Amino acid sequence: MRITQGTFSYLPDLTDDEIKLQIQYCLDNGWPVAVEYTDDPHPRNVYWNMFGKPLFDIQDPAAIMMELQECRATFPNHYIRISGFDRSYGRATTALQFIVQRPDEEPGFMLERQEVADRQIKYTLRSYAADKPKGKRYE
Amino acid sequence: MSEPEGVELLQTSTEGETPTDKRVDIDAAYRASNVEALLDELERELIGLAPVKQRIREVAALLLIARLRETEGIGTQRPTFHMSFTGDPGTGKTTVALRMAKILHHMGYVRKGHLVVATRDDLVGQYVGHTAPKTKEIIKKAVGGVLFIDEAYYLYRPENERDYGQEAIEMLLQVMENQRDDLVVILAGYKDRMSTFFQANPGFHSRVGHHLHFPNYSLDELMAIAELMVEQQEYRFDDPSRRAFWEYTGLRMQQPHFSNARSIRNAIDRIKLRQANRLLKEGGQIAAAELQRIDEQDIRESRVFRGGADT
Repeated sequence: MRITQGTFSYLPDLTDDEIKLQIQYCLDNGWPVAVEYTDDPHPRNVYWNMFGKPLFDIQDPAAIMMELQECRATFPNHYIRISGFDRSYGRATTALQFIVQRPDEEPGFMLERQEVADRQIKYTLRSYAADKPKGKRYE
Repeated sequence: MSEPEGVELLQTSTEGETPTDKRVDIDAAYRASNVEALLDELERELIGLAPVKQRIREVAALLLIARLRETEGIGTQRPTFHMSFTGDPGTGKTTVALRMAKILHHMGYVRKGHLVVATRDDLVGQYVGHTAPKTKEIIKKAVGGVLFIDEAYYLYRPENERDYGQEAIEMLLQVMENQRDDLVVILAGYKDRMSTFFQANPGFHSRVGHHLHFPNYSLDELMAIAELMVEQQEYRFDDPSRRAFWEYTGLRMQQPHFSNARSIRNAIDRIKLRQANRLLKEGGQIAAAELQRIDEQDIRESRVFRGGADT
């Protein structure tokens, strides 16, 4: 099941040139860009890990691409996303966020129904991959 | 101007690779590139430095011809522009680096054309594993522009074999080789110490294609610089104060720690201070033009005239 999170997620995966253009768009707007990765892409997991140091004061997208290539080499089977933060509100506001790498195989989520009092049903999503320990989920 | 050379170069290579008689208008390309305005500005605002200006013109010519070659479909290897600027303090290395970045950007060699100034402290870490991220961060900031490493020889400390400077040097070398498209590195420092540095790091020497030496300014040039600075700050010398400043500069040049244009700038800052003090002490009503005029007394009060050191 293809995970759709963030901007462009219903489009085919972006090529590196397209990613570069999007990063350029962020930099043109003065948004600092971060490279983040995770192997727990649950829709409610908003806290992905930042790769390396925060990337402030960058002028050219090639520098972010360097960081992204390094992240891809370190985590070839993780989800990686690029986020642009608009700090004009005085807090880190995500302005643009898109997935730039996904594992080859995405097993998807199980919909769990829990029966509670009065025949009510509570629903929850559970990632099949998250059963395995961290780091072994998408090998 | 090195333009005629460029013409010759282009014609010979056109004959070599494409047999057509197609004509290329160098003049039109030169005008269209608008680089002339930048070069004129350089000529106007930088006093002296003839060899440096000459080299910048050559760089601009090379880039222009490279661009023409590209539009004509002649295979062109991207030239490398890693440079070393040597010269005493205050001879304009940073200023020229800034201009160089502008020109490289204007001619489309670097994508952004900003200048990132770094010294040893910005590149080399304090403990194991600290250097690589620090150097990498600076390199990332400089991507698309020019990385200016001031007093580059401090990176290399032969007396301490466990010094982390070596790590930074290796990373820089790698970037200079593999990411030539992404940034230009300029190393700067005193001439003799830079040559020792290059001897100890042959990798740097072979990757730096342009070695520019910044000569010390003559008294006349320093005076012209002073006039320019005073004018830019909307002050002016009158004749006695101009003579006094001339004498001041002559004396200051003999003293230790003289750092060319930087000393002149500092002297002018102090003169402005004395001028303001003098005006305030005199009080009363004065002509508005007096606010701009530098009096002889403002200069003569300097310790330099009494044999003292003025920094």
